[in-house]
Formats: sequence, structure tokens, C-alpha cells
Amino acid sequence: MSNLVLNIKGVNKTFGGLQALNDVNLEIEEGKVHAIIGPNGAGKSTLLNCCIGRLIPDTGTVTFDGKNIIGKEAHEINQMGMVRVFQTPEIFPDLSLLENVMIPAFAKRDGSYNFSMFKAASDEQEIIDEAEKMLNDLGIEGDHIHSNAGSMSRGDKRRLELVMCLIQHPRLLLLDEPTAGMARHDTNRTIELLQKIKESGMTKIIIEHDMHVVFSVADTISVLAQGAIIASGTPDEIRGNPVVQEAYLGGAHL
Amino acid sequence: MNFSETRSDLTLMLIFSAVVLTMPLWLAPIGAGYPDLLQKFAIFGIFAIGYNILFGLTGYLSFGHAAFLGIGSYTAVWSFKLLTMNVLPAIFFAIIMTGLFAALIGFISLRRSGIYFSILTLAFAQMSYNLAYSVLTPITNGETGLQLTLQDARILDGPAGAGLPSTELFGISMSGYSGFYFCAVVLIIAFFFSLKIFRSPFGMKLQAIKSNQTRMKYTGYNTRPYLMTAFIISGMYAGLAGALMAVTDPLAGAERMQWTASGEVVLMTILGGVGTLFGPLLGVGIIKYFENIFSAINEEALHSFFSFLPGFLENLLVAITSPFVGEGWHLTLGVLFMVIVIFLPGGIMEGIDRIKKRYRNQGTKTTPEKE
Repeated sequence: MSNLVLNIKGVNKTFGGLQALNDVNLEIEEGKVHAIIGPNGAGKSTLLNCCIGRLIPDTGTVTFDGKNIIGKEAHEINQMGMVRVFQTPEIFPDLSLLENVMIPAFAKRDGSYNFSMFKAASDEQEIIDEAEKMLNDLGIEGDHIHSNAGSMSRGDKRRLELVMCLIQHPRLLLLDEPTAGMARHDTNRTIELLQKIKESGMTKIIIEHDMHVVFSVADTISVLAQGAIIASGTPDEIRGNPVVQEAYLGGAHL
Repeated sequence: MNFSETRSDLTLMLIFSAVVLTMPLWLAPIGAGYPDLLQKFAIFGIFAIGYNILFGLTGYLSFGHAAFLGIGSYTAVWSFKLLTMNVLPAIFFAIIMTGLFAALIGFISLRRSGIYFSILTLAFAQMSYNLAYSVLTPITNGETGLQLTLQDARILDGPAGAGLPSTELFGISMSGYSGFYFCAVVLIIAFFFSLKIFRSPFGMKLQAIKSNQTRMKYTGYNTRPYLMTAFIISGMYAGLAGALMAVTDPLAGAERMQWTASGEVVLMTILGGVGTLFGPLLGVGIIKYFENIFSAINEEALHSFFSFLPGFLENLLVAITSPFVGEGWHLTLGVLFMVIVIFLPGGIMEGIDRIKKRYRNQGTKTTPEKE
């Protein structure tokens, strides 16, 4: 059996009277792409927020690489190797594309705090080369890498954010609806990018509404409904699971 | 930031040094070439450069930096009173002392961001002002201000001669033009450090904090120590400026810490261009020029200026312009400030950039500019 990267055990979370998460157990194996699907309000984002330090579960444990991460701060969890792509693009709109990718590369290399004012950022050739290469892979080349990130389209911003996370070579990448609100051709470009990452063997959790995306990239799928996991399995198992079809798809066949 | 720019940083420093050191020459024709004002340009230049490291890079708007100015001045004067009239120890102690205060104030204020941060810093500065004014009279000499006296110890200097000694750097008196050149050299060094910070990964990270602090946290950065460092550095710049005020004129008063002084540096930075290298210096130049030159223009000067016109027109123009000069120089400054903030939110530097762009576009192609 392969290594567990993330282990979520008995996690409960209530907001007022609402049980957002109900005894959720989830094991993420190394090298797998694990998709979490479910209708709106099922608790997908809440679950992700419990992993990344935004929320603290009422009960239960979340361990990452065998280490407890509940109560840890966002930057500590990132430094441990769990990196998150947000649902709305979180980039640095006032910086250039290149700088946007250099910043996470610095975090990976220098840790959560590093004060050095005597070396110019433009002399950090290794970091610049790596960042440029990743941007080139995204199809951004030449002088364009010096343009402002804030002026890009929404789809480009989201892919930029994904690249910003990838340059950190995370142990576990969390993707919160990477294609939400995208046009079809935009979605396809993102799927290409995701499949490229899949080949690299990076462990990922992906939350997604778009079934096309889920079935093209996921190894394992868990279905969340009303705060509880109602099914887990391979895409084919999930596709044929009547409980899932009832809860999530309203009986329609995929 | 464009990377090709960094290669020419040496040229930039050389030009900057030349411009600063020749200020007495090129400011003389517009009536600003006298040491007193030149010193102010240099000192407030340092203050604004340091302030810009905090406000310009991280976006944290401190409304209490005048407190550091005051602390720097008091520390320097105490160094003159107790140790020596040499300015180097005074500057050294002033920077250390403001660094400590900035660490304390920053530690508390940086728990909040946005308007709450501004209010906290303002509260601290006003507290410092009132303490200096009343409770701490033994240290600050309250209303009168801290001055040199003949009874001061000055343990490192020899026996005092007759009369009050003046501040010096290894025998060179720090008044008049020598005082200006000393401040100018310090300004050049201060600018060099600021340039280094702007160009470094550290500076880039500070800008990233301004741009999206949440992303910074989820990218693995502990943002608080970064903000602390920026706050302390800018506090130390203010302390250095305060010390230089005491160097050129060895007294320190509580009014230096009042909120209007904190507000002034905010105005200077915004007027010139927040987050740009030269903007704050331009802002300082303009505000100090208005304060000293415009305020000196009186009705007589206006009459002689418009004397080439027929009598009634002369009187009319004088009547229109006179509220904007002399005592009313604030009015001119206010109008100028409003015009800049409304039409050029990036300050004068944005205006310069636009002109540059237009000029360049004419050379190559006529694309409509966007910004």
C-alpha cells in the first residue's frame, strides 16, 4: 500500500445550527489525483478550508505526512508542502507575471521569512530561469512576462495561480474548482495543464463541478453530500453508483 | 520594475548624487539656493524616502512617523549634551533609539491593517507628543524644547570654551553649506539603501504584500515579520532625519512630533508618487518650496510682478492671486494636491511616465495609451 499524504479522520464542523461537515474521513494516497465532488453547499470548500488552516474543525484530526496540521498557520502549512489554488484567482495583480511566479519560488527556497536587501532580484538567475520556463510552458513568452498580472483575463489569472503553486513543487496540491466560470476552450486549456501535472505524479485534491474535468483527470472520486461522504471510488465506480446518481445528479445518467 | 533598469543603477546613483550635490547651483535661480532650505530638502528627503519604504512598498499608511522624527531629534540633542558635539554618535544613537521605538510601536500597530493600523500609529504619535510636551519634561524640557546649555557634561569633548559649542564633524562646523553637504551625503547614502531595498527580493515581497496579503500567507510567507522589518527601517529613516534636524540646529521640540508633521510626509509621498523611487523626493521639493518661497511672497512682490500691466488689470490680478501666496500658500498647495490626486493618482511620477510614454509612442507608432 502506498503512503498516505493526507489523512482526514472524523472531522466535524458546525456553523451555528448547520452541520457543514459530518464525520468526514478521507485518505489521500501519494501520487493520486483525488477529486471531491458534490452539490452546492455540500461542504467541499469547508473541508478544504479545514485542511489549509483557514478553519479549525470542531472535532477530528487532519494529518499531513503524519504531522498534525490543525491550528497551524497558513504559511506553516504551505511550507510543509500543501499548496492551494483558490476558487477566485488569488494572484498579485500589481506585480508582473514574472514576479508573480518568482515570489512563490523565493518562499520555497528561503522559507517563511528572509531579509536580504543586498542582492538584486534581477541577479537571482536560477529563480528567474525557472519562473520563465514555467511561464513559457503556459505560452507566455518574451516581453509579455514583464506585463502586469492584473490586466490578464480571468482564465489566464487562474492558470497563472496554478503555475505559482506548481513552482513550489508541492507534496499536495489543493485545487478549488480550477475551471469554475470558464468558457469551454478556456476549460480545455486548463485540463491540458492539469493532465500535464498528473503525468508528473504530483498528489492532488481537486474540487470540481465540471464532470468533464473530473472524469478526465481524477484517479479517485469522493462524493460529498450534506457534509458527509456518501461514496468513494474510481471514476467508473462513481459513474455507476446509484446513491451518487440520486444525491448529486438527481437520477440522471452520466 | 523592469529588469533592464537595474543594470543602470550605478548610472542612476551617479546622476542622483550629482543632482543632489549641485542643488545650491541649480536651485539658486528660483530663489531656493540658501543653506537653510537646502538642508530641509535633504532632511525631509530622507524622511520621505524612509516613509515610502513602508507606505509605498507595503501599502501600510502610518500616521505617526513624526514621533520617530521627534525621538531622533531628542536622542541626538542628548548625545550633544552628554557625550560630544560630534554628529556621528548623535546620529548613531538616534537611529538605534528610533529603531527600538519602531519595534515597539510596530509590534502593537501591525496587529491590525488598513484604517485601524493608521489610527493606532496616529494614537501612538499623539501619545508621544503629549508625553514629550508634559509628563516627560525632565527628558524633553517640555514646552521650551530641549536645548544645549553651558552646564552640559559633554564628557568626550575637552573643557568647554566660552559660549555654546556648535555641532561638528571632526572639526567641520555643521552649519550653513557644510551642514547641507553633510545632509546631502547622508541623503545619497539613504537613497542608495532604499534603491537596494526596492530592487531586492525583500522589496518585491513587500510589494506582493501590498498587492495581495492573503496570497502571500498561502504562499508560505509569514507576513508580520516582513511588515515589522519595513516599519522599523522606515522608523529608523525618520530617526535619522530627526537627528539631522538636530545636527543642523541643535534643539528639539515636541511640536516636531505633532500629527501635522506626520500628515506632511503622507502628503509629500502621495504628491510625488507613492511607491516610486523619486516621487517622495519630488513631493518634498514641492512642499518645502511652497512652504518657504510661496509663503514669502507678499502683495508688494505681486504688484511688482504684474507692474507691466495697466493699473486696473494689475490690481485685479493681484487681488485674485494674493490669497494664494504669503499666508495663503496652503491654499495653493491644497489646490495642487487636489488636482494631482484627481488627475494623476500615481502622483507627479505618473505624470512624468505619461509624458515619457507619449513621447516614445510618437517615435514608434501611435497606439492609444492605457493606464
